[in-house]
Amino acid sequence: MEKPRIKVDAVSVKPVNNSKSRRRFLKMGGLAMAGSGLLLYGCSNDDDVNNPEPMPGEVFDLGSGDVGILNYAYALEQLEAAFYTNVLDGSYWAGATAEEKLILEDLYDHEVIHREFFKAAINANAEANQVLPELEFDFSGVNFADRDSVLATARVLEDTGVAAYNGAGRLLQTPDFLVIAGKIVSVEARHAATIRSIYLENDTAFAGDDIIDSNGLDLAKDPQTILSEVGATGFVVTPFTANNLPQ
Amino acid sequence: MNIIKFLDEFTSEDLIKKSSSRREMLGSLGNLGKKAAMVAVPFGLASTSGKAFAQSGGNDAIGALQLALILEYLEAEFYIKALDSGVLPSGGRAEAVYNQISKHESAHVEFLKAGLGDNSVDSPEFDFTAGGAFDPFNPNNDMAYAQLLALAQAFEDTGVRAYKGQATNLMGTEFLTPALQIHSVEARHASEIRRLRADVLGDNTNENALGWITLNNRGPGMPEATQAVYDGEENVVQGGVNLVDATGFSAEAVSQSYDEPISGEVAQQIAGLFIVS
Repeated sequence: MEKPRIKVDAVSVKPVNNSKSRRRFLKMGGLAMAGSGLLLYGCSNDDDVNNPEPMPGEVFDLGSGDVGILNYAYALEQLEAAFYTNVLDGSYWAGATAEEKLILEDLYDHEVIHREFFKAAINANAEANQVLPELEFDFSGVNFADRDSVLATARVLEDTGVAAYNGAGRLLQTPDFLVIAGKIVSVEARHAATIRSIYLENDTAFAGDDIIDSNGLDLAKDPQTILSEVGATGFVVTPFTANNLPQ
Repeated sequence: MNIIKFLDEFTSEDLIKKSSSRREMLGSLGNLGKKAAMVAVPFGLASTSGKAFAQSGGNDAIGALQLALILEYLEAEFYIKALDSGVLPSGGRAEAVYNQISKHESAHVEFLKAGLGDNSVDSPEFDFTAGGAFDPFNPNNDMAYAQLLALAQAFEDTGVRAYKGQATNLMGTEFLTPALQIHSVEARHASEIRRLRADVLGDNTNENALGWITLNNRGPGMPEATQAVYDGEENVVQGGVNLVDATGFSAEAVSQSYDEPISGEVAQQIAGLFIVS
């Protein structure tokens, strides 16, 4: 079944009144990036300080409090959405089995929807200059013609997403945001199980002993850990910092 | 309101009457056979037909964990009995999957009991036939394998929704993160069981049989009795934003992207169908 794919540029998520300032940041990010990868300067313990407006030439900081965590989730969803956009443009997907095509198309849909949700949610809850800009990614390390390369990357991204949301839940102050994070993380976990199941070809890989501990608990990781792991992939080109996230 | 009160209510006269009337209803449908009876008894009937659970909100951390423990007891016993039944094809994917899930559910029981300490509750007595509607552990029932798969899917999808519904009750406690860690394991289980079912049905390119839930579709071959597990999953509004309007994606895709919580009360209603005392 062919489903309509939207072009990212055509997505209209309200409110969009900050698009001008977002573009401004993107431009600055482009200037600052020059092979720098994702930057993480460490985290302060102070989550009461408002994210100061970046000075020209400064990289974006995710900010503090719930907005900081939402920006953090937005960054991860941007990464996943960009990855699956590339997957669906690649020759592995074009020639994949009907089941795998359907699964990956759904994952693309879901991650783009998550990304657009965070863009809207942060815009509704923060000043325009506190919204993470659209990040630039470099997936040159992934071979989108190769099943193993695509599915191995998908597995890492989905398991990372689960661990990130599980670790960030306790950092949220607003109950509604916790519920929404919960609504998303279980879908990420459904993805992770599916990708592991079709890729690892092991009947217990969907919730394997490599990720689920002896108490039957899934991974949960702090933002600092996740951001260093994501930074190490080299996928994120636009630099940003996470100096003020709650801990 | 916590689970202890909730359990007390299971022993009340009202509930006993209710469950016997359920059997009467099933009996009256006896001529139509088990398949029809299965369809006739929706998950959650026990409480929608009465007020036994009306006050059980699970509105604090201990209540939330006690509810979680009851659901884990249900799942743990279900998988142990499923593995012991001889219904699952020996040595195949299903057995491996059930073994892995069984290990996790039993670990969750022990983890929650230890976490609750003095506030722990004993396991209820379960009836996985739901008063005769199912016969999942009987190797002579040629529907047994399908019922084992359908019940597993219903329990896992319920577990995901129930943990999600309790998250805010655990905010600010040391139990929030482990509860989230269990929650995502339940979602992994749900995904796998759904895909295993699809495989057994030969229907793994059916959009309603993938690892995620589309609208409120329970999926091919799922008894109508399980519909309560899926009601509400069709939601497309998140944080006040209608994501169909905002993104241009279909309601199907948007609903798949978010799993919806259920209240403690609804979780108890669903579990209640399988609890004798």
